[in-house]
Amino acid sequence: MNEGTSKEAATYTPFHPRWYRPHVSVYWWLGEWHYLKFILRELSSVFVAVFVIETLFMLSSLRDGPEAYAYFQQVMRNPLLIVLNIVSFLFVVLHTITWFNLAPSAMPVRMGGKRVPGALIAAPSYVAWVIVSGFVCWLLLR
Amino acid sequence: MTKPSNEAFFWMLFSAGGVVAAMLIPVQLFLFLIAIPLGWLQAPSFDYLLSLVRMPLVRIYLFVLCSLPLFHWAHRFRYTLYDGLKVKHLTGLIFVLCYGGAVLGTAVAAYLLWTI
Repeated sequence: MNEGTSKEAATYTPFHPRWYRPHVSVYWWLGEWHYLKFILRELSSVFVAVFVIETLFMLSSLRDGPEAYAYFQQVMRNPLLIVLNIVSFLFVVLHTITWFNLAPSAMPVRMGGKRVPGALIAAPSYVAWVIVSGFVCWLLLR
Repeated sequence: MTKPSNEAFFWMLFSAGGVVAAMLIPVQLFLFLIAIPLGWLQAPSFDYLLSLVRMPLVRIYLFVLCSLPLFHWAHRFRYTLYDGLKVKHLTGLIFVLCYGGAVLGTAVAAYLLWTI
């Protein structure tokens, strides 16, 4: 090993050429809309976690009695939390749409030798989404 | 032979959590964290909400609603940190924090729903 003289000389021989490793910036996903969409989609999971934490606080306040629940409701009226939750809602809807639209790629269906159009595979998910959402509203607000 | 990987198991949790999150979180979030705090909808009374939450099926529903999406988050956030922000050198720590968080959240949900 002649590491002291030159690093490149140490690793580069005709039989073991220097590897080509282009440098990728930490912000590689900012340049192109497709990459940015990918990162936004992945980041939606953070807002999913925020929602779960808020829901656990709500359950905890329900468990502690009417005063605790009233206090929880008051805290949730804080404008900062409202803004956070509106942003969360947009991210979660992004998750829903990208998740449903992924199904045709994840499980391509063939019928009569032809591939079923993606929209037809994704459609039932949207129908189920509307029905489930409607049911939750009905249960809560009846 | 390569070591059997448990990646499939975590991917199943990710996938199941993804379905639950996609189907249920938008409506839950909109009702409880936007519409009711803003006064667009009248909040259900404490007694009605508590009686609803104490129904066995609703307890199971809420447990699933809290637990699986956390495992979904753990998987996605883990890979966002690895690939998006390129912090591959902290793989072990990130794994423990993400799945540790999901397990902790699941335990809290189970405790709350059991004792509510």
